[in-house]
Amino acid sequence: MTLQQVELTSDDLRHLVSQRALDGETVLLNMGPQHPSTHGVLRLLLELDGETVVNCIPDIGFLHTGIEKNIEAKTYEKSEVMTDRLDYLNTMGNNLVYCLAIEKLVDLDVPARAQTIRILFTELQRIASHLVWLGTAALDLAAMSVFLYCFRERERILDMMEMASGQRMMTTYFRPGGLWRDLPEEFIPTLEQFLDDLPARIDQYEDLLTHNPIFIDRTKGIGVLTEEQALGYSITGPTLRGSGIAYDIRRAHPYAGYENYEFDIITEEGGDCYARYLVRIREMRESIRIIRQAIARLEDGPVRSNNRKFVPPPRSELGTSMEAVIHHFKLWTEGFPAPADSVYVPVESPRGELGVFLEGDGGPKPYRCYWRTPSFVNLQVLPLLSKGHFVADLVAIIGSIDIVLGDTDR
Amino acid sequence: MAVDLKSVVTHLEKNFAAEAREFRGQTKLLLSPIHILEASRSLRDQHGVERLAALSAVDYWPERSPRFHIIYEFHSLQHGFRFEVRVPLEGDEPSLDSITEIFPAANWHERELWDMFGIRINNHPDLRRILMPEDWVGHPLRKDYPLGYEEVQFTFNFEEIELRKPRPKD
Repeated sequence: MTLQQVELTSDDLRHLVSQRALDGETVLLNMGPQHPSTHGVLRLLLELDGETVVNCIPDIGFLHTGIEKNIEAKTYEKSEVMTDRLDYLNTMGNNLVYCLAIEKLVDLDVPARAQTIRILFTELQRIASHLVWLGTAALDLAAMSVFLYCFRERERILDMMEMASGQRMMTTYFRPGGLWRDLPEEFIPTLEQFLDDLPARIDQYEDLLTHNPIFIDRTKGIGVLTEEQALGYSITGPTLRGSGIAYDIRRAHPYAGYENYEFDIITEEGGDCYARYLVRIREMRESIRIIRQAIARLEDGPVRSNNRKFVPPPRSELGTSMEAVIHHFKLWTEGFPAPADSVYVPVESPRGELGVFLEGDGGPKPYRCYWRTPSFVNLQVLPLLSKGHFVADLVAIIGSIDIVLGDTDR
Repeated sequence: MAVDLKSVVTHLEKNFAAEAREFRGQTKLLLSPIHILEASRSLRDQHGVERLAALSAVDYWPERSPRFHIIYEFHSLQHGFRFEVRVPLEGDEPSLDSITEIFPAANWHERELWDMFGIRINNHPDLRRILMPEDWVGHPLRKDYPLGYEEVQFTFNFEEIELRKPRPKD
């Protein structure tokens, strides 16, 4: 490989801004990467005419950690720990899609109880993520109290995740072939208590925002995304459904047993920040519905596949069975091999289509693992949405497309 | 005409000499790089494929030739099917036609291809690095790019490592 120093000259960047900026008629302003309303480390180069945004150039990569490259150097099981760190508001969802991809690649079964618990946690995680979104997006629009209420509820979800997995955020609870361990006894009562409380709490958030004239002024008609733009830019998730397209991977390409659950795909017409807000609020209520169904479906049974070539044996067997010791040793030192082929598995994360392209090479390490992350793709549409709006509205738009920079930069 | 995955595969096989195969129920088509622009145009206009769901690459250096495979994940929302198109690329400094004019979503994905794999994209509106700093040397996701690690600093080798540590530029 020839290594050349690529020098970027100002000529290479000239096409990004209009002639008016070069003449000094409009102002170039740097927003971020340490700006509180950019939800992380997003840098925006704004071209402003007075207070109106003429052009907005997102600059990402400040949180690039090379996780895709690192995954290539670790075995399938070991690299799962890194998937938590991608989208840190959807850790269970990242574990889920990575495990689903591995299971598809090596053709591994998952017991019914594990499937149900997976759905239960992914939906809890969706509520938690939407709560953080609601809190921070409202905070950007100066609604301070909503932020505090949302984080109060989110903390209870994190407590439940800690109860099951031992960690509040970086859970790594789902494993290829099932779960790390079964739910603790006190989990279901705690969850039911939470589900009883939550609808009334969501009503409270709605009382604070949905009919709040200031909030409506700041969001209605701001950042309108048309259906055509949404499809062309491959937008997914609540941002797409806010533009009136009923597409949800949970329904279109069911995974982990979502085909057995009843839920509505939430859509809103309008495609503006307000529509996207309504979609997320109503999705939280749908998630509660799914979790209640999951609790009802929860049956006793194993939470790990019995396929010892891929799933380590239970601790209790190690003292009595030589075969179990060998399997345990092989799995934790060498790992399991996967066929030399590739799969692409998409799931519906709180932000949209989260896909993993996983290719094996016959050995115990992934040959290539590509993450199609919703924040990366959805962020592309920001310049389109923000043109002609005020800088203050830009803050509302960034909030409404719900990006997580860990997800964007990987 | 009813559009389904089968008709799309037949169309690509007939008009663009694609080779289809299946793995775990997912359809993959091998397509020559000269056809990718026309093929994606016909997919969007005639076969109701509205979305480019994902776009990335795999580097097979040094075992296999052609060295790169570009992976396109297409998705038809109205007909509800997904399929993968693989485009093999020869050489260490390959180039590929941009499909940004057909699927605007490809814009950042193609910048990422340039950044991570060093694949030149022809007719791209804004081909700059996207994740790495613009003065970065090399393309990290290539297989001949070392992963690298940091040596642990103990008292006995503190000074030695301190000297070798990268410093910010003046």
